[in-house]
Order: sequence, then C-alpha cells, then structure tokens
Amino acid sequence: MAFATKNRQLLSRIATNDRPGENSPYFEGWKAYDSNPFHPTQNPDGVIQMGLAENQLCFDLIKKWILKNPQASICTAEGVDKFKDISIFQDYHGQKEFREAVAKFMGRVGGNMVTFDPNRIVMSGGATGANETVMFCLADPGDAFLVPSPYYPAFLRDLRWRTGLEIVPVDCNSSNNFRITRAALEEAYERAQRLNINVKGVIIANPSNPLGTTLDRETMRSLVSFINEKNIHLVCDEIYAASVFSSPRFISVAEIIQDMDCNRDLIHIVYSLSKDMGFPGFRVGIVYSFNDLVVHCARKMSSFGLVSSQTQYLLASMLSDEEFVENFLKESSQRLAKRHRVFTHGLEQVGISCLKGNAGLFSWMDMRPLLKEQTVEGEMELWRVIVNEVKLNVSPGSSFQCSEPGWFRVCFANMDDEIVEIALDRIGKFVRQGKEEDVAPKKPKRWQKKLHYLFCCCR
Amino acid sequence: MAALSKIAAGNGHGENSPYFDGWKAYETNPFHPTDRPEGVIQMGLAENQLCFDFIKKWLMKHPEASLCTAEGVNKFKETALFQDYHGMPEFRQAIAKFMGKVRGDRVKFDPDRIVMSGGATGAHEMVTFCLADPGEAFLVPTPYYPGFDRDLRWRTGVELVPVICESSNNFKITRNALEAAYEKAQEDNIRVKGLLITNPSNPLGTILDRETLKSIVSFINEKNIHLIGDEIYAATVFMEPEFVSISEIIEEVECNRDLIHIVYSLSKDMGFPGFRVGIVYSYNDALVSCTRKMSSFGLVSSQTQHLIASMLSDDDFVDNFIIKSKKKLFKRHEYFTWSLSQVGIGSLKSNAGLFIWMDLRKLLKAKTFEAEMDLWQVIIHEVKLNVSPGSSFHCHEPGWFRVCFANMDDDTMETALLRIRDFMRKNNAAMIPHNKLCRRSSLKLSFSRRVDDFMSPGIMSPHSPLPQSPLVRARS
Repeated sequence: MAFATKNRQLLSRIATNDRPGENSPYFEGWKAYDSNPFHPTQNPDGVIQMGLAENQLCFDLIKKWILKNPQASICTAEGVDKFKDISIFQDYHGQKEFREAVAKFMGRVGGNMVTFDPNRIVMSGGATGANETVMFCLADPGDAFLVPSPYYPAFLRDLRWRTGLEIVPVDCNSSNNFRITRAALEEAYERAQRLNINVKGVIIANPSNPLGTTLDRETMRSLVSFINEKNIHLVCDEIYAASVFSSPRFISVAEIIQDMDCNRDLIHIVYSLSKDMGFPGFRVGIVYSFNDLVVHCARKMSSFGLVSSQTQYLLASMLSDEEFVENFLKESSQRLAKRHRVFTHGLEQVGISCLKGNAGLFSWMDMRPLLKEQTVEGEMELWRVIVNEVKLNVSPGSSFQCSEPGWFRVCFANMDDEIVEIALDRIGKFVRQGKEEDVAPKKPKRWQKKLHYLFCCCR
Repeated sequence: MAALSKIAAGNGHGENSPYFDGWKAYETNPFHPTDRPEGVIQMGLAENQLCFDFIKKWLMKHPEASLCTAEGVNKFKETALFQDYHGMPEFRQAIAKFMGKVRGDRVKFDPDRIVMSGGATGAHEMVTFCLADPGEAFLVPTPYYPGFDRDLRWRTGVELVPVICESSNNFKITRNALEAAYEKAQEDNIRVKGLLITNPSNPLGTILDRETLKSIVSFINEKNIHLIGDEIYAATVFMEPEFVSISEIIEEVECNRDLIHIVYSLSKDMGFPGFRVGIVYSYNDALVSCTRKMSSFGLVSSQTQHLIASMLSDDDFVDNFIIKSKKKLFKRHEYFTWSLSQVGIGSLKSNAGLFIWMDLRKLLKAKTFEAEMDLWQVIIHEVKLNVSPGSSFHCHEPGWFRVCFANMDDDTMETALLRIRDFMRKNNAAMIPHNKLCRRSSLKLSFSRRVDDFMSPGIMSPHSPLPQSPLVRARS
C-alpha cells in the first residue's frame, strides 16, 4: 500500500486526479456489458449494448463504394504508387484534397446553405482531441465554459482534464423540452461571476447529445447574441449534423452568423466523422474556426493528434465523390428515421415516452413514472435494475448532468433490427411486470429484493 | 475580441525560431531535378525514404492488410467502429514483437504495456503531462531535437533544463554534466522530475554505450526521478556498436522500474511519419493506465492499426526489412561522409540515425553563434541546401550542423555533394594562407569514387522529389 502511494506521488497531479471520470457509475453499465455481452446465438441472455452512440446502419453502402474505388487505398494495385508520398506526408496543414473534401461534406451536411473554407479545416485526434484543442486555444487554467445540461459525459474529461478548465452547467429542464433559454444562460453566467469564475465561452452540441434534438433558429440566434454581448466564445460541436432524420432541418452556426451582426472571431465549430459516417476508429476530428489566430494555433497543436495520412487519403477520395455522398446522406437519414420510428413506437406501446427527437443515434427516454423516488438515488436504483435485470446497458440522465432524475439515453443505431426487437421485448416485459406487481398484494417487489441482493454483492 | 489563452498567444509553439527560416527558404524554392534544378535541396528533414520499394512489394502480396481490398473489406466495419483506447490486440502484439526484434530479441516487450499516441510528438507530450506538473522540469542532454521545446513544454507548462555535452569527448553524457544540471536546477528552485534521453541520438547519430546508460540509470535511481528514453531511431543503427536499449540495461542494473519509460514510433524506423504511430511503453503500471486513458486525445487510426498489425506480424518481412534498411543506411552514410571528408569536412563519427553531425567550425568567421547563423544563411541562400544549425538543437558550441541524407535519391545526393564541393573550393581559396595559394593546383577536388562504388547494383531509388506543399512541419 505504501509503495502504491509512493508510486502515485511519482506522477503528476493531472495523472492522479479523477478528471478522466472513469470512476463514475456510468461505467458500471459498460462493465456489466463487457462481462456479459449479448450475442443472438452464443449469449442470448447477455446485456444488450444501448449505451454506445454508434451509427452502424450504412456500412453496406460504404463497402460497395470501397470495392468500386480501389484507387482510394494506398495498398491496392491501383493505389500503391501513392504509398510512399502518403506515408511520409506529415504536414499539419493536412492533405489539400482531404480538407477540400471535408469542407464540401460539411457544406452538404448543412444543406448547402454555407460554403466552408478548406483553409480553415484543422485536424485533430477525433472530436475528443478537437474539443480539447479548442479549449487550449481559448482559455487558461481556472477559466470556465458554460455548458447546457444535459451534456455528453466525456466533456468533463475532454474540456477539463489536461486544460485545467472548469465547466459551469446551464440548467435546462423538461418543462420546455430542455430548451436553452436566454434566462438560463444569464443565470449560469451570473452564478459564475459570483463565484469569481472567469467565463470564456459557451459550448453546445447541436444536434444535442443526449437529447437527440436540433436547436431552432431562434435559440441559435439568441445564443449568438448572448455570447456576442458578453464578448465570449461560442463553440458548436456539430458532430451529429448529418444524423438529422426529420424536420426541422439542421442549421449550423455557420449559417446563423451569415445573417447576424456578430464578432466572427468568437465562433468555432468542432466536427468529426465518427457519428455521421460511422467511423469513430478513424479518429477524424475537425476544428473549424472563423478566428484566424485560432486556426493558426489549433493547426500547430494538431501535431499532437493529426489524422493518419492513410485515412486522410481514403476519406478525401470517398467524400469528394458527390454522387456517393448524396446517396449516403439520403439513405442514412431515411434509415435513422425508420429505426427511430420503430423504437419510439415500440416504447410508446408499453407506455414509455421519449422527448420528441429529430436527430442523433439515440432517444431521450422518460422513465420518471417508474422511479420509486424522484431523486438521483431513485434514478440510479432503476438504472441498476435495467442493467442487471432487464439486461440493457442504457445511460442514466445523471451521467449527463441532467438536473431532473428519471431520464435515460438509449442508443438504437448500433444494432440490427432483430436486436432492436429483442430490446423492446425486454423493456415491455419489465414494464408489464412492474404494473402487475402494482396491482398484486403488497409484497416486496422482485426487483427491490434483487436490488438488495445486488447491493450486498457488488462493490 | 475576446482574448485567446496564454498558450495560444505565446511562442511556445517554437516556430519563430530561426530554425524555420531554412524551411521557408526551401518552401519558396524547392529543388526539382528538371523543373527547378537550382532550387534548395532539403537536407533538414530526417526521413527514411530508402526502403519503400520493399514495402510496396509486401503490400502487393498482402491485400488482406488493407480494409479496402476484396480480401480485406469484410473487416471494414468492425475496424472503422473500433475506438477502444487499449488499441487492437494484434496491433499491440505486432508492435511489441517489432520492438523486440529491433533490439535483437534480447528483450521481450509486453503488448499490454503498449499505449498509443499521436505520433512520438503526442507520446512525449502525454508522458510529460503524466509525470510532471507545470513549472517542474526535465533534464535534457544537448544537443537535442528542437521539437522537444514544443512537445514537452508548450501546453504542459513543464520546463527543460539542458545537460551540457561537449565535442571534447564526442558529446558524451557524463555523470558530472548530469549532476551539474541537476544542481543548477536546484539552485534555481526548479523541481526536476526526470531525465529525457534520445538514444540513438538526434542530432548526433550516435548511440549511448552501455557504461553511459548504466550511469544514467543509476543517476535517476538515486535522485528518484524518471527516465524517458526516446528510442525512435532504434532500427536505424546501421553499424557497430550494437544498439543497447534501456529495456536491456534495467535487466542488468538494480533500479526502480516505476521510473523507466520508453517513447517509440514508426516514423523513422519504418519511414511512416504520416501514419502517426506513436507508442508509450512504461514499466510503471499507473503510468500505463493513465496514458492509456489520455491516449483518447490521439489514438492511432484503426485503419492504420490494421495495416501495421498485418505488416509487422510478418516475421519474414520484418527481419528482411530491418537488414535491408540498415544496409542502405550504411551505404548512404559511408558514401556521404567519405565525400564530405574529400573536401575537408569532418563529422562526428556515427553509426545510427538518418543524418550526420557535420563539423563546420573551421568555416566560422568567429567562434560565435552569430557566425554560425551567418554561415548557415550562406549555406541556405548560396549553396542552396537546407541544413540545420547546431544552435537550433541547443548545441553548446557553434559550428555544428545536422545534415540529413536518407530523404532523397542518389542523384539528388550527388547534386548536393557537388554544391558542397564547389562551395568548399571557393572557401578553401579564402581559408588558405597567402603562401599556400600557389599550390592551388593541388586543390583539384573531384569525386574519384562515385556513389555506385558504395551502392550495390540494382539499388537506384526512383526519383522522388518532395511534393510542393505548404509549410511542412516535420519531426526532423
């Protein structure tokens, strides 16, 4: 033990704090899944992974394209002559064709309402690296960013861990569908002021994770006007931009500022191909800033997390194929819409409603009626039952810093249709059981007994 | 405008140093044998371009290594989705095996200690974030790679304290020098957390002998500070003495292994800087765990992990590659240093790396760094070679220059050597005292031997000028 302590003292403060956040209950669900993962034939009683926002619906289209375009690879007969040039290319500006293709893709995803400048495209190690890089450029240790809640749990790590920044949540709640109101922004800003915290900006995810909704034009304009007045930065994580599957359409901040008087040096976009294309493994993060200094600084910083030139080359080819992109985006949107419809309808059938969503790879499920108590503890109790008994890894709202207990994010795009059905079936059974027990003579609910057992045995 | 961060507003990125003037000169006027024969030849870029033909052959024989061939496309989906920061097991195993082979299989590396990062650039920054707090420092023997100033300091707030090494003993890292640097830091109230060595050395092109390594390990052990060994050039050791890794030394010397860490990459040994394959290998479990979490900021593309896993687990290929690479480096180095000696230019005796440490002290007008800069401006703008001045490597003595020789084909190298010859001919006239001028005929300089005398038949690299690109930032 003494040695372990001595060991820890050898490392830095950053190495020994808990900002990576992996001790949170959020990861219990992961562990439950990892130790007992569902498989339709080999482990049909295993835990179904519904905590992973992945887009697995369109790989057939991608596979077809790949087989038709061998020149996109530096390892095929058609492409190998490029191998040397590509493998030695480490210029932090990135391949020109890659930047052009990404800029064009972002424009197309934004409905061609904006043209993105390839010279503002800066690479990073996934959106994870992009968000961190932007923070390093905009704020000093101890400064803070306002973040509307509920928000992506890993922001706690990405925005704060190595940068030393703080997050000040902007409370949004279900009374108005978690809208980001001017009042909430002002309240958060003033709260920070009272605590002597220097607010450097606001960071939003649009479309929202975990809500699965897009911000309307009015809210966007109000946000831009807020940050402009306060002279603070606005960072828009638009990583789910192409996952919008029903109206209203996606409106990028790049589009909003075209019609607004605002200081463009305050506007920055983070993007990635992890969600829209389904390529999280390829680590394609993008920083797009309207501020020249930030572009230059982020570009130098990108040395710490450039996109592999092999991957740049492949994606440059794929994303500059306009026909492919057009078709892909259309199909992806349709398939997401269908999956969303099937899933939310299935939930409705058993009396579970979701926030009305039009984007993302997940639904924001309202389980408040099932809580024993309307508290975070009540939510965690229910969650443990869902993970360990219903055997679905869903994500509790508290892990997204949601201010109201009872909401859960459920991902639906990382599995095939059959598994969706099985998951809905399990949920249905669980809800019906709960109802039956409600009308039966009072005895400890089965899941309460099991919960007691669980608490005794786990951790 | 709302201010940016201090990090953004400062100069920590290091690009305002004169070092980059050479780059700019090259960028605005890059050499091309036919299009621009008077352009600047790039000799400031430590790239290994000698073995691509061999790699190309392997690729053609292994379509399954790519996700984009008929043979490999069924792996596309699972690979594109794979973002686990543990990295692909096959990738880690292949890297661990490769690292072992590069060290003559004298050590075994544990795949579970392999942690990915965004190139060695990302690896160094990540290790620094985990070992030191802002204001603390690492000792670094001079001369050292200029990128360390950015990689270790910029966003981390950590300082570097130089350990002065001198030409009088071939830039050896002495115990005295280490102690002196450590004490100076103490006097300045700077807390030293570790020592960073690059072995083989950039820019020296030499390896650390066993005695020095043992002395270093014993030093850090006594002071209870970390030792980070950047072994990025490990497979470029082309001649005796054999490379000795820290991983071997700690098998022979008592030390606290929690202090021992290796940074590695495929950028130099394989010639793949574009693929951003950085590796942290630590003997400290807590550090492995922490850096693994941090690697999320710079994971290796799964597409690239897949390719590399396939390539480096082919034992036959790897064994042959390592041998071929060394042979080509040896020949290139021999011919280059011999040609320089023919015109009176010496260099530090070296057996590794992609460059030599050229001694131009006698060409300096004065023994000062200003004189070094003057000479360097002449070399860039008149001789039209981008070489790197020793001061950019924090060399303690003026007059040394790093010259890279593995990033060009034979013809370009000949052109570079001819320019050097012409320059020396002019300069020898200036350097030679009056009473020797009548002997000018003896100064006929010619290369009586050609590169072919040094190269085996059949190794004529295809011409491959560097692409004209915006300002290149290389790990050079």
